[in-house]
Amino acid sequence: MTTDLTIRAPLPPELRGEAETMLVTLTVAGQLCGVPVLSVRDVLGEQVITRIPLAPPEVAGSLNLRGRIVTAIDLRRRLRLPPAPPGTPRMSVVAEQGGELYALLVDQVSEVMTLRAAQFERAPPTLPQAWAAFAGGVYRLKTGLLVVLDVARLLALTPEG
Amino acid sequence: MDDLLADFLTETNESLAELDLALVKLERAPDDAQTLSLIFRHVHTIKGTCGFLGLPRLEHIAHAAENVLGRMRDGKLAATPDVISSVLAAVDVIKAIVAGLAASGNEPAGDDTRLAASLNAIAEGRTPAMAAPPPPPIIPTTTATATAPPPAVEAVKPEPLAEAPPPADPAGDSHAGAQTIRVTVDVLEDLMTLVSELVLTRNQLLQLARRQENSGFAVPLQRLSQITSDLQEGVMKTRMQPIGNAWNKLPRLVRDLARDLGKRIELVMHGAETELDRQVLELIKDPLTHMVRNSGDHGLETPAERRAAGKSEGGRITLSACHEGGHVIIEIGDDGRGLPVDKIRAKALARGLASETELAAMSEAQILRFIFRPGFSTAAAITAVSGRGVGLDVVKTNIERIGGAIELRNAAGLGTTFTIKIPLTLAIASALIVEAGGERFAIPQLSVVELVRAGMGGEDGECRVERINNTEVLRLRERLLPLVNLRGLLALGEAAADADTAAHCIVVAQVGSTMLGIAVDAVFDTEEIVVKPVAPILRHVTMFSGNTILGDGSVIMILDPAGIARATGVVGSNEARATPGAVKDSPEAHGPQRTAMLIFRAGGPEPKAVPLGLVARLEHIEKARIELSSGQPVTQYRGRLMPLVPLSGTLDRNAESHPVLVFADEDRGQGRDRCMGLVVDEILDVADEHLAIELSGGQQPGLLGTAVIAGKATGVIDTGYWLQHAAQDWFHGARGGRPRVLVVEDAEFFRSLLVPSLSAAGYAVTAVASATQALALRDAGTAFDAIVSDIEMPELDGLEFVRRVRAGGGWAELPVIALTGHAGLADVAAGRNAGFTDYVQKFERDALLASLRQCLAQSGALAAPVG
Repeated sequence: MTTDLTIRAPLPPELRGEAETMLVTLTVAGQLCGVPVLSVRDVLGEQVITRIPLAPPEVAGSLNLRGRIVTAIDLRRRLRLPPAPPGTPRMSVVAEQGGELYALLVDQVSEVMTLRAAQFERAPPTLPQAWAAFAGGVYRLKTGLLVVLDVARLLALTPEG
Repeated sequence: MDDLLADFLTETNESLAELDLALVKLERAPDDAQTLSLIFRHVHTIKGTCGFLGLPRLEHIAHAAENVLGRMRDGKLAATPDVISSVLAAVDVIKAIVAGLAASGNEPAGDDTRLAASLNAIAEGRTPAMAAPPPPPIIPTTTATATAPPPAVEAVKPEPLAEAPPPADPAGDSHAGAQTIRVTVDVLEDLMTLVSELVLTRNQLLQLARRQENSGFAVPLQRLSQITSDLQEGVMKTRMQPIGNAWNKLPRLVRDLARDLGKRIELVMHGAETELDRQVLELIKDPLTHMVRNSGDHGLETPAERRAAGKSEGGRITLSACHEGGHVIIEIGDDGRGLPVDKIRAKALARGLASETELAAMSEAQILRFIFRPGFSTAAAITAVSGRGVGLDVVKTNIERIGGAIELRNAAGLGTTFTIKIPLTLAIASALIVEAGGERFAIPQLSVVELVRAGMGGEDGECRVERINNTEVLRLRERLLPLVNLRGLLALGEAAADADTAAHCIVVAQVGSTMLGIAVDAVFDTEEIVVKPVAPILRHVTMFSGNTILGDGSVIMILDPAGIARATGVVGSNEARATPGAVKDSPEAHGPQRTAMLIFRAGGPEPKAVPLGLVARLEHIEKARIELSSGQPVTQYRGRLMPLVPLSGTLDRNAESHPVLVFADEDRGQGRDRCMGLVVDEILDVADEHLAIELSGGQQPGLLGTAVIAGKATGVIDTGYWLQHAAQDWFHGARGGRPRVLVVEDAEFFRSLLVPSLSAAGYAVTAVASATQALALRDAGTAFDAIVSDIEMPELDGLEFVRRVRAGGGWAELPVIALTGHAGLADVAAGRNAGFTDYVQKFERDALLASLRQCLAQSGALAAPVG
């Protein structure tokens, strides 16, 4: 995939206007990220995850969320980051795509942040490919940068990864 | 209750509810012609329908009310409150009668004469309703009121209600008012999910409560538990449909059948309202239709035969259904001639399914079960209706596939009844929980044949895991089964060293007609599971048919034995159909077929191979056990002499023991049970290969050609040649008049396998590579006794070929057997329509030979070879 940003999909509406945007912030390998609060169905603590043999590497397994089977996607793997040190508790953010539930495994889910459009920037074109593919943009915060992740693209998995 | 009546009650209850409203409205606006005509229509409909259903009391009242309304509509009578009251009183009586009908199915007794009389009086315009008229001396309208006592004032009050039976119980009321609403399947599925979750939570709570003695929660929990179970049952019910939905096409079918066959057939159906899961309903539709057809075609006699047997001319087919436990029992019975036990016994003997002694020891019921064997047919003639084979094997397979069973009762001269027992639902299936590589998996109980522990058993109950080079195979009693290690298959870490294998539990699974062993680390319990489809991202993993949540709340994957068989090449892609409960669509890969090949070395360094399916057993025979008989090496094997043929030409006298491939032809009924041992130097491996064989065309005797197997050029041996080498009687070369069989098969490889198989069985075989070549032979006047043809061929396919054969020429009457990977009901039907005599799964040698024998016997051609 090329990282030609000009032909990328338009920004989500909530990121375009003057309006404020609410993001659920989370941490993956030390990087602060955010996903739109409206795309989040649930936030889960440490879960029992059943491994699925022969599944794509990004698929961590499946878990039981109130009687529904949820496919867990390891965000570190999806972003081509090194795996979490063994034994670290992971949290997950549950999102829906095409009627199916997916849990994005992250290191930490922090808070819901309200951000102004003025703080928003397009993702720099120099981001590594794996990040560029999923980053919808960047917010400048006092403490650092927050990368907005595009949930739909994160979940658009193909058997090849 | 009668369906018609139930419909009427539902409709009437709806009308009555509207009538109340409309009458009240009319009272407020007496000039509302629209409302008036609505009321009139409703009452008129009720009257009309109950006349039709034979409900005199209801009709009487409705008629009287209609008279009054008619006058009002015609403007002859004002809609005064009094008049309205009397009509309402009539409506109340109608309601009471309807309630009685709903409760008991019969019109409740009661006397309405006074009400009717007063209504009629109003209609006459003589009586201001509330003015307590003097008894009208003559009431001319209805005969029933002729002797009516003077209508009293109370008559127009809802007093008649008191005459009606005590208000029906609420259940009766709701039955009559059984109204339906449309709900999308999604809503139902969501409810089902929520209920499953509720059940899990309930179970967890119960577990917690059990640990605490005298907990105050115990009683409310008990109650919660009960309600949860009821709720679960209720939600399950929403998926249910009456079995009548699967039956509604049958009356027409039976009528047409009767006309075509010149029989008189009455179809009686009981229990059409018996409910079962939608999914199951769909799956039993075809088998049921098939069986009803069979009953009409084979079971029932012609009117003349029936007369001769002292029965009524008209035959009867009875279909009934009822619930029993968690199952639905369906019976399909006829009062026909019954199954011919003697014919079946003779046929079983002729087909070599059992020996005479075995048959003698069998009960009649056991003998009757032969009709469920593939291709078994006793119908003397081929009819257009049922085809030649009764196809009961297909019915049986389909029913067993959904976890059902089929039984039959037979009374000679009185008829046959088939009983089918099927589960209510497939959404909940029984599954075996196994463990491999630290993960748990569910295997649908339906496909599990048995559980064995490798290495157990002595001489008799043989069950050993053996290795051919690095490939494990399972030796189970008399069979050699392919063995897959679940851990290896699912990439859950390599199976530990050899020592560990012995401890494996092996699940013997059946996929279609193939068995395979699946080695697992541990076997737990069986559990009822709710099958759920896997996420789209995982659909490409064909090893899984779905996933589920266990009682302890953990998610586990459901293994699909068909997918495993396909993935490991144990069966061709066509044979391994998705098992029931497989939610996802398995992609129908029509790819090249893979064949398991046994690779060995003999008479040279280059590897040689033979299809594993042709090898009966692998043995090591010690030097001491090899004897000479008229110069030929033989060994005593399983109580008889087995000729040993060294593939290399000479037997190495120095070797301590020899690996031997045993080829056997066990056809007990024919009294032939021969075997031959092919002595090789070393057995190397088993490989699954898509065979691209390069035929050497007889360059080297005993070799079919060369194929690339496991990356090496490998000689594929010609089994037929070596069998012939072993014993001349495997071939009946010397005997004249061998039946001539034409084989039409485009794949060179299969042709090369078929020809020796058929030759070995005593046929004179001619093989051609295309239908066009075959037709050229016909046009050249070449004669055959039977044709075996592939279906899928380029250019001219098997179906078109058989149509052309049937269309005319010297072969029009010949039996033609289709050879195919697809033997679904629809395929079989299509094949039969095109003109095929029988359908045989590709590579089922025994089935093909049996079919040939039968076809030749039926076509009255040369007797099929008997041995």
